[in-house]
Amino acid sequence: MEAAHAHPHDHGHDDHAHKPSGIMRWVKSTNHKDIGTMYLWFSFTMFLVGGIMALIIRSELFQPGLQIVKPEFFNSMTTYHGLIMVFGAIMPAFVGFANWLIPMQIGAPDMAFPRMNNLSFWLLPPAALLLITAQFMPGGGAGVGWTLYAPLSTQAGPAMDLTIFAVHILGMSSIMGSINIITTILNMRAPGMALMKMPLFCWTWLITAYLLVAVMPVLAGAVTMTLTDRHFGTHFFNAAGGGDPVLYQHIFWFFGHPEVYIIAIPAFGVVSQVIPAFSRKPLFGYASMVYATASIAILSFMVWAHHMYTAGMPVEAQLYFMYATVLIAVPTGVKVFNWVATMWRGSLTFETPMLFALGFLFLFTLGGFTGLVLSITPVDVQLHDTYYVVAHFHYVMVAGALFSAFAGIYFWLPKWTGRMYNETLGKWHFWLSLIFFNVTFFVQHFLGLAGMPRRIPDYALQFAEFNAISSIGAWGFGLSQLLFLYIVIKTITSGEKAADRPWEGADSLEWTHLPTPAPYHSFETPPVVK
Amino acid sequence: MSIKGFKKLAAAGALFFWSVAAWAEYKLNLQTPHTLLGEKIYDLHTIITVICFIIFIGVFGFMFYAVFKHRKSVGHKAAQFHESTTVEIAWTVIPFIILIALAVPATGTLVAMRDTSEPDLTIKATGYQWKWGYDYLKGEGEGISFYSMLSTPRAQIDGTDVAGRNANPHYLLETDNHVVVPVGKKIRILTTAADVIHAWYVPALAVKQDAVPGFIRDTWFKAEKPGIYRGQCAELCGKEHGFMPIVVEVMEPAKYTAWVGAQQKKVAAAKVDPNKTWTPEDLKAHGEKVYAQNCVACHQATGMGVPGAFPALSGSKVVNGPKADQIRLVLNGKQGTAMNAFKHLSDVDLAAVVTYTRNNWNNKTGEAIAPADVKALR
Repeated sequence: MEAAHAHPHDHGHDDHAHKPSGIMRWVKSTNHKDIGTMYLWFSFTMFLVGGIMALIIRSELFQPGLQIVKPEFFNSMTTYHGLIMVFGAIMPAFVGFANWLIPMQIGAPDMAFPRMNNLSFWLLPPAALLLITAQFMPGGGAGVGWTLYAPLSTQAGPAMDLTIFAVHILGMSSIMGSINIITTILNMRAPGMALMKMPLFCWTWLITAYLLVAVMPVLAGAVTMTLTDRHFGTHFFNAAGGGDPVLYQHIFWFFGHPEVYIIAIPAFGVVSQVIPAFSRKPLFGYASMVYATASIAILSFMVWAHHMYTAGMPVEAQLYFMYATVLIAVPTGVKVFNWVATMWRGSLTFETPMLFALGFLFLFTLGGFTGLVLSITPVDVQLHDTYYVVAHFHYVMVAGALFSAFAGIYFWLPKWTGRMYNETLGKWHFWLSLIFFNVTFFVQHFLGLAGMPRRIPDYALQFAEFNAISSIGAWGFGLSQLLFLYIVIKTITSGEKAADRPWEGADSLEWTHLPTPAPYHSFETPPVVK
Repeated sequence: MSIKGFKKLAAAGALFFWSVAAWAEYKLNLQTPHTLLGEKIYDLHTIITVICFIIFIGVFGFMFYAVFKHRKSVGHKAAQFHESTTVEIAWTVIPFIILIALAVPATGTLVAMRDTSEPDLTIKATGYQWKWGYDYLKGEGEGISFYSMLSTPRAQIDGTDVAGRNANPHYLLETDNHVVVPVGKKIRILTTAADVIHAWYVPALAVKQDAVPGFIRDTWFKAEKPGIYRGQCAELCGKEHGFMPIVVEVMEPAKYTAWVGAQQKKVAAAKVDPNKTWTPEDLKAHGEKVYAQNCVACHQATGMGVPGAFPALSGSKVVNGPKADQIRLVLNGKQGTAMNAFKHLSDVDLAAVVTYTRNNWNNKTGEAIAPADVKALR
C-alpha cells in the first residue's frame, strides 16, 4: 500500500520494488505475505521443538522403569510439549495461512493494520524464548501440565513465572492478530464480495478471530491470578485463604474449550477449500457450513466443565454439561456430511493436498467419535485423565489440525512460491504420516481403556506392549516430518514452475485473478466480483 | 470348494484364531467391572462405541464409494449440485434423535453414581505429595487410620533390578497398607488433599474422584466379589505423580471383622505413652522412619535435596539455626513452594524427624527436640 501511494504510476514494478533487502525486510515488514511466511516458518520451528519434547516423552515411555529422564523433567516435557504445540506451532500456522490468504481471497491489497501485523508476529519469538529458557531456570521447567492447574502451579519454581509471561505475550499477539483479521474481512472486501460469497476459509477465520478476542483475555486473567497467588499474597486458588483450586479450572476451561475450536475451525476452512477443488464440484451446503461453524463456536462457550467431570460439581451441572456437549456433535456431523456430499458424484483426483484433506476427514471424525464417547459423563469418569483422552485429542489436534495445515501448505505452495512440490515425495510424506500417526495414537485408546493415567513417567507392566508400539510410531512420525522440510525447501529452490491455476477445480480469487507466484502487492485496484 | 481351497481356508482360519489368542494378551477394553454400576458404565461405553462404529462405517462407506467410483481417472464427470434442504434437515435431525437416545441411559447411570446416601462404611482418602492417607470415619472399623505408600522397591524403578521388575506382577500398583473393605457393602469415599489436587481412581470399581485441597468430594462403590483391586492417582500432582497407587482389598464380612479387630489391637499397641520420656537415640531412630515416609522424595536420603528444586538439609541454615524456626517451617510449610505443611503428623513424629535432621549428615547440633516443643508451637 505504501508503495502504491508513493509511486502511483509505477504499478508494473510492484513485484520487485520497495522492499528493503536483507534481514530488515523481515524485521520491519508490513507486507501480509512476508508476515505470513514468517508465521509459517516460526510455526514449523516450534513444531520441531515441541516434537523433540514429544520424542523425549515417548522414549522414556518405551519401556517400564525410569531410563532416560527424571520424573520432574518428564513432567516439564509434557507441559512444554503441550504449550509449544498449541500456542507455538498450530495457532501461528493458521495465522500464517490467514495472513497469506485472506487479503488475496477477498480482493484486498493487504491486512487492515500492517504495522500491528508486524508487531503481532514479532511478539511470538520472545514468548517462545521464555518457554524454552524456562527449562534452564533453577529447578527446571514447571512440571504442571499445559493446563497449569493450581495449586500445583502456585508451588512450582521460577520457571512458572516465565511461562505465565509467555502466555501473556502469546495472548496479546493473538488478540492483535484477531483484530486485524476481523477488520480486514469486514472492511476490505472487494466490491461484490458479499459475506456469503467469501471462500469458506475466510468465514472460518472470521469466526475464529471472534473466539480468540473473547477467550484470550480469560486465559490472561487465569494466569494473572496464578501470578498474584504466587507472589502478591492473594488466595484466589487457595482454600486456606477462602479461595478454591477448582475456580482455576473453570476459568481455564472457559478459555480452553473454545481454544479447541480456535484450532479446529481454521482447519475446517482449509479442508473446505481443498475438497471442492479436487472434487471439481462446488462445496455442498455452503450456507449450512457457515451456520454449523457459527453454532460450534457459540456452543463452545457452554460446555467447558466437561473437562472437569471428576473435579466435583452438582449432579445437575454434570447433566447440563453432558447434554450441551453431545449437542456439539450435531453441527460437527453436518460439516462431515457436507464434505462427503461434496465428494459425492464429483470427479476426484488425489494429489497430496487432497490426500491430507481425506486423512483429516477420516481421522478427525474418529477423534470426534471418541469425543462423543467422552462426552457421556459416566463413561468419562472412567476415562478422564487416562491415555484415552490423550489419544482423543491427538486425533483432533494432529490428524485434525496438523493434517489440514499440511493439506493447505501443499495446496497453496505453488501460488506462494511459484513452484510445484514433488508429487511423489508429497505422497510419501502423507502415507508415512498417516501410518505412523495411527501406530502412535490408536493403541493409546487401549491403554486408556485399561486404566493407564496420563502424565506418568513410568507404568505398570500390563501397559508395556502398547507403549512400546506407540513409541516406535512416534519416532517414525517425527522423522517423517523431516521429509516435509526437505520437500518444502526443494520446492522453493528448484521446483518446477507452476501455472497460475495449477489445480483445475480451484476457484477463489487467488487462483483466478492473480499470477503465480502471487505478486508482492496484490489487488491494488480491487477486482470486481460478480 | 476344492480340497486345496478348503485347506487354505482352514489355515487362514487357524492363523486368525491364533492371532486372536495372541491379542488376548493385550488389554483392548475397559477393565472387567466388579460393581453393578461399573457394569452399567461398561455397557454404556459398549453401546456408544458400537453406535459410533456403525455411523462411521456408513459415512465412510459413502466416502470410499466416491473415492473409488467417482474419480476422474475412471472418467467420472462431476455433477454440479451443491444444495439440498431436505438432506440438510435430515442429517441434522437424525443425529439429534440418536443423541437423545444415548443421553437417556447415561442420565440414569449418572444419577445413580452420584447418590452417595446411606453408606455402610465411610472412609476419608487424603491425597498427599506423594501417598494416600485413609481414615475410617463411620461404620465398622471406625477410628482406623493409616497411610498407604508405594511398596515397589526403588531398585526396580530406577533399573538396578530389572529382573525383579519383570518378575513383579504388581509393579507400581502395590502399597504397604491396603484399603480393606467388606464385600457387598456400600462404601462411601470422601476425598480431600493436603497440598495439591490428586485423584482417587480404581478402574475395576469404576470410581474416580478428584481430591481437592481444602474441600471434600465424595464417591461410592459396592464391590460384588472379594479380591484386590488396583488403581493410581489420576491427577498430575508433581514429581512422584506416577508413584502413588491405590490398592483396595475387598474381604468377606467375617474376615473384614477380623481385620478390624487386628487393626484396633495394633493401634492400641502402637499408641505412644504420652508420659514417655524420649531419649535422643529413640527420637533419632523414630525420626529416620518418619523422614523415609514423608521427606525423602524431595530432600533425598543423602539430605542433599535436588539442586535448584528442593533445598539440601545437610548444612542448611534453617536446620542448623534456632529450633523454633525449623519446627514452625515443618508445621506450616512455606507458601509458594513444594514445602507443604506437615501439621497432620503427631507431635512425637515431628519432634523425632526434626531431631533426626538436626543430628544427621553434616548437621551436628546435638539437640533433641521434645514433643512438647512441637506442641507449644502448634
